[in-house]
Amino acid sequence: MPKPAAITSEASARPDKPALWSDYVQLLKPRVMSLVVFTALTGLVCAPERIHPFLAAVAVFCIAVGAGAAGALNMAVEGDSDALMRRTRGRPVAAGRVSRGDALAYGVLLAALAVALMGLAINWLAAGLLAFTVVFYAWFYTIILKRSTPQNIVIGGAAGALPPVIGWAAATGTAPPEAWLLFLIIFLWTPPHFWALSLYTSEDYAKAGIPMMPVVKGAKSTRLQIFIYSLVLVPVAIAPIFIGLGGLFYGIVSIAGGAGFILLALRLWRSRAGDSPDADSVGREEVLYDVKVEAKSARNLFAFSILYLFALFAALLAEHGLKGTL
Amino acid sequence: MDEDAKRARSRRNIAMALALVAFVVLVFVVTIVKLGANVS
Repeated sequence: MPKPAAITSEASARPDKPALWSDYVQLLKPRVMSLVVFTALTGLVCAPERIHPFLAAVAVFCIAVGAGAAGALNMAVEGDSDALMRRTRGRPVAAGRVSRGDALAYGVLLAALAVALMGLAINWLAAGLLAFTVVFYAWFYTIILKRSTPQNIVIGGAAGALPPVIGWAAATGTAPPEAWLLFLIIFLWTPPHFWALSLYTSEDYAKAGIPMMPVVKGAKSTRLQIFIYSLVLVPVAIAPIFIGLGGLFYGIVSIAGGAGFILLALRLWRSRAGDSPDADSVGREEVLYDVKVEAKSARNLFAFSILYLFALFAALLAEHGLKGTL
Repeated sequence: MDEDAKRARSRRNIAMALALVAFVVLVFVVTIVKLGANVS
């Protein structure tokens, strides 16, 4: 197992600048947390049983805090490699504003509180799934997977896919196949989403020693794999309409969105995105979002993938919310 | 420790105190809600 870079980190030293409370908010990865909250809420609302609205809010809060704790633990461990990448070098540990030890303690404390509250207030299946998610992401993905295989985000994607299952478990105390179908949609969505991003940031990943797919297998192989994953993802995302989980509105969104996803993935496959990463731009934050012309198709798929997942879950949320499930 | 660091520490301490109070209130309300559900 490769030794995590942060073990020998300069970022582990006491920071020079005082940490602000906003740094501790940033440690929770609020943008990731918002997606987690949204998908968890969808799982909770789609579940066939009702729980008290306040307890439902507590369940979503616990999932959000658990996800935030996993983010803090991830940043604590990855201070060194984060400091090497434009997208991540402003993070509190990487920038030296929060010490690695403080970030670790913060993450462990929040995770423990979130799991304990979930168990005591909701049920222990949801708490167990939440604990598994935090450990899976912060330990298995961050420390073991991320640096050892280009399949890192494929397997690690399970952590990001679990929130709707946790939400469903919070409402019902069970995790039936319908909940795992929501898991599968996010799980299959993750590789094309992240690989599209990594096609135009692969030089940064290479510099940080992270074996992302374009770094290890090359851009051509990555583009093909994105296309194959897209062909598998879209039918799975349409599947809820066949088991009664999704209605007419969801059907329209999933079919139209899926067609768009496959079209963009096809364009990406046939493009030259990632073939000649711009080595001159490495480390220059001001050009992070200046995507080269041939990489536009990767950027388009990356942006559309966020909209696509949001639309799928929003459609489910709207259909089930309007039914008055909650 | 300079003035900036002292001020930053003070703000962090206040944020932590508020978070702790909020957590206690949250657990209290959860208890009431669950008790209410069981009683009814």
